[in-house]
Order: sequence, then structure tokens, then C-alpha cells
Amino acid sequence: MDLHISDISHSYGATEVLRGIDLHITAGQIVCLIGPSGCGKSTLLRFVGGLERPRSGRVVQIGEPPAGCLNPLTYIFQDFALLPWRTAAGNISLVLEDHGLGRAAVREIVDDVLARTKLTDFRDALPRQLSGGMKQRVAIARALAVRPACLLMDEPLSALDSQTRDLLLDDLLDLWLRERFTACYVTHNLEEAVRIGHRVVVLSRRPGQIREVVDLDIPLEDRLDHPEALETRRRHLWELMREEALAADKELADV
Amino acid sequence: MSDDAKPVPYRGGGFAPRPVGLVGPIVFALVLGLWEAGSRLGWISPIILPAPSQALGALADLVETGRLWLHVSASLQRLVQGWVFGALLGVLVGFAAGLFSLARAGIVPVVAALFPIPKIALLPLFIIWFGIGEESKVATILFGTFFPTVISVYGGVDNVDRNLIRMGQSFGLGWFSIVRKIVLPGAMPAILSGFRISASIAIILLVAAEMIGAEYGIGAYILLAGNLMATDQLVAGVAMLSILGLTVSWVLGRIEKAVLRWR
Ligand SMILES: Nc1ncnc2c1ncn2[C@@H]1O[C@H](COP(=O)(O)OP(=O)(O)OP(=O)(O)O)[C@@H](O)[C@H]1O
Ligand SMILES: [Mg+2]
Repeated sequence: MDLHISDISHSYGATEVLRGIDLHITAGQIVCLIGPSGCGKSTLLRFVGGLERPRSGRVVQIGEPPAGCLNPLTYIFQDFALLPWRTAAGNISLVLEDHGLGRAAVREIVDDVLARTKLTDFRDALPRQLSGGMKQRVAIARALAVRPACLLMDEPLSALDSQTRDLLLDDLLDLWLRERFTACYVTHNLEEAVRIGHRVVVLSRRPGQIREVVDLDIPLEDRLDHPEALETRRRHLWELMREEALAADKELADV
Repeated sequence: MSDDAKPVPYRGGGFAPRPVGLVGPIVFALVLGLWEAGSRLGWISPIILPAPSQALGALADLVETGRLWLHVSASLQRLVQGWVFGALLGVLVGFAAGLFSLARAGIVPVVAALFPIPKIALLPLFIIWFGIGEESKVATILFGTFFPTVISVYGGVDNVDRNLIRMGQSFGLGWFSIVRKIVLPGAMPAILSGFRISASIAIILLVAAEMIGAEYGIGAYILLAGNLMATDQLVAGVAMLSILGLTVSWVLGRIEKAVLRWR
């Protein structure tokens, strides 16, 4: 299932947030979204997942989600969004309970995703007993449980310390190599973008417009073997971002 | 190390009271002991304040004659009926105000207007409506617990983390599932602390209503004792209220512990 974002513009009151965004998300690819703070990345992701309606433009899905998919567009949130009163397993079963699967089936799926995210030992732990990295793994397990067609990730690793972030990024890469999921991945971190993105979309400062789309053609599994190539791309992205950030600062100074 | 080396002065500590066992009971016993001694030595006139032993005697008297249960059961019945119905209605109305714009627009101004009225002022009206019997007292307590419950419930619903609700929507949970599995547990801490407030209001109203017109009940017992200048019975009645209040807050504490184990 592909996603097509066509000509999305939006403003909150007098603040224009997004202008004329056109973007295609191809099945099996990870599209990274980067841009200065406040340029409307999270807003765009909310439109893609149908949590909010843009003032103009629309998001269409092309083709049917794969069979067995319970929630085609599934978010992974920066703040994990786990229910503090449910255990890891309970948080996962939460999103399965409304589908009339029956107890045994739910339990089977929960066990399966817990095993895939190496959380089996923590199935009965409450969120407050888990570290940040573990919480995000529970959230990833929860997302996997509904067999999404496309994962929408809003800075999923930003709330974590840098070691945990590296480990979890590796986990995500492994997961992609196994399952070839589709994703739209918002991040501030350019290293993350060049490690995990098939294509990186750079948004301009507010109102967010597409400044440049960078295709990264090295296969994800080989990325670490080409550090120089990644570094060149990263530096290129950094230049783009820096210009936007500087321009945004200047605008503030001029006001 | 040179001679002028000295340890860094310690500046931390304090501001973190720890529980110290036994101190409470000891202070309690000390106060009672001083009081008893004061009465026995004639420093405290028995007309002003009876000795604790005399109050205990009055209480024992109540137990022997079987009137203790009569008073306590009458009070408990009113309290439980008024509080349970008031809290139940309050939770329903509070949820409506927390979830639906139209309900909120209708409920909030009415609650704001009626909440500040001391509910005991409505007792005469309730007596006219329901008669001098149980109904008017229960209605007063019900009214008194209803409003604070509404306010704490809809405040609690408002304060449920919007991100969690968004998460529920993003996973396609039904409206009813979101209310039951996300909003209700999320509002639970506020609802339970609202229960504490409404329970203490209920006890105040109970005593006041019983003093205005009741044959049995702790409030009636205290009023009668006052009229007879029987200070020993009076103190016994007040002690019963203290025990009642402690019991209620203990029960609520247990419920909080059980329901909010995840915190
Ligand atoms: N519900 C809302 N109502 C009004 N303004 C909003 C709302 N949501 C976002 N905005 C504004 O829209 C702009 C874009 O917000 P958004 O959260 O999408 O930015 P972002 O690119 O995700 O930023 P960040 O990198 O800091 O996460 C911001 O200026 C924000 O203040
Ligand atoms: Mg954001």
C-alpha cells in the first residue's frame, strides 16, 4: 500500500504552518522527514494518519493494505503514549481488544510481538518500572501487533539517551530488514535520517514547504560499510538545515 | 595532601520528613494522660471538660443499653445512602460534562451557581418537600456530595493526558473503549480525591442535619447531651465522630491503594 500526500496546506489561525506539500511514500520504504523546529512535521504526520484534517489537500492510500492488517496507519509517539495503569502486555492487548479476535488469539499476538522486541521477560512490568528505551520498545511492539501497513513515527528516539538511541535504531533496522515495513519517520537527528531513510525530505522553515528530497540509494543493510558516503549526505542535509535555521533566526531578529 | 585540606561542609539533608513509628501513639497517650491527671487533680472542672475515663464510661453505658448501635446505625444509614447516591450521580453528571460540549455548557454554570450554597441552608426546604423523616436528611447529604463530585470528576476527565486519547484514536479504538480504558482510569486519581472531599462534607452535613431534627444519630446524641450539660456523653459523641471520620478515610485509603496501584 502506497501513500500519496497531495498539495497539503494548513494554517492554525493566522499562522500558516504548511504550504503545498506533495509527497509519495512507496510501500516498503522509509521516508524521513526533517526540518527546523516548528515547521509542521508533526502536523503533517497527524494529517497522514487521519488524526487531523488539513485545510486543503488530501492524503490518499493507493492499493489495499495487506491481509491481516488491523490498523493500516499506526503511530509510534515520541512520548511512548503507554497507559501507566497497564502492564507491557496489557498495553499491547489494548489495541487488539476491539477487533473481536478472541482471548487466545490476542494472547498469541502479544507473546509474538513481545518476543520479537525481546521483551518477553517484561510482559507484566508497568511502564513506571521500565526505562525509556524499554518503554519505546513496548510501544514498537504495540505498533507491530496491529500489523500496520505504514508506521508513522514522530521522533521516536528523541526522548532517549544516545546509547539507547543507537541500540534502538539498530533494532529498527533489523526489524525493517526482516519485515520491510513502510514508514514515515520524523526526526531532528541527521545521523538517524541517513542510517534509516531510503529518502529524506527536507522541509523549509515555517510555513513548511518541501525544500529538497534526497534519495539515499545505498541499501540499509550496507549503510555502515560506507561511512564516507553517509557523511557526505549528512553534511549536505546539515547545510540545508542550517540555512533554514539561520534564515528563521534572521526573521525573528527582523521582527 | 597539604595541611589546609579540610572536608567540604555538608549542606544537604532535611526537608524530607520520614515516618517515625510509635511517636504518634505516644503523643496521643501523653495528651490523654495529662488530661486525665488534670481532671483527677481538680485542675479541670468536670462541668467544663470531663475526664477521658468519664467519657469512656458514657460510651460503655451506651454499649450496655444497646443505644450505641441505634445511634451509629441511624447515622451510617443516612451517610451511606446520601453519599453513595450523591457520588454516583456526581460521577455520571461529571462524566457527561467532561465528555460532551453540550452537557458541559448546560451543567457547569448550574454547578457553579449551586456549589457555593451551604447545603444545610436547604434542609428546611427539604423538610417541607420530604417531611422531617430520613428523606430530607439523605437529600441534604446527597446534594452536598453531588456538587464537589461533579467538579472533581469533570476536572479529572479534562486532565486526562490528551496524547493517550490520541493514541487510542490512532489505533482505531471505539469511543466507548477510549472512555472505559483510557479516560476513566486516567481520571481515577482525581475522582478518588474528590471522594475524600465529598466524604468529609457528608459527615459535616450528617451531624448538622441530625442536630436539626432527629431522634437517633450521633448528631442528635451530641445535641441532647449538650442540652443536658452531660459533657461526658458529649465528649463520647465527639469521639465517635472522630472514629467515624478515621474509618471513612481509612476505607478510602485502601480503595486508593488498590485502584491506583500503578502509580
Ligand atoms: N493544535 C494547534 N493549534 C495551534 N497551533 C498549533 C497546533 N499544533 C501545532 N501548532 C503550531 O504549528 C506549528 C508547527 O507545529 P509542529 O508541531 O507540527 O512542528 P514540528 O515541525 O513538529 O516541530 P518540532 O520539531 O518542534 O516537533 C508550530 O508553530 C505550532 O506552534
Ligand atoms: Mg514535532
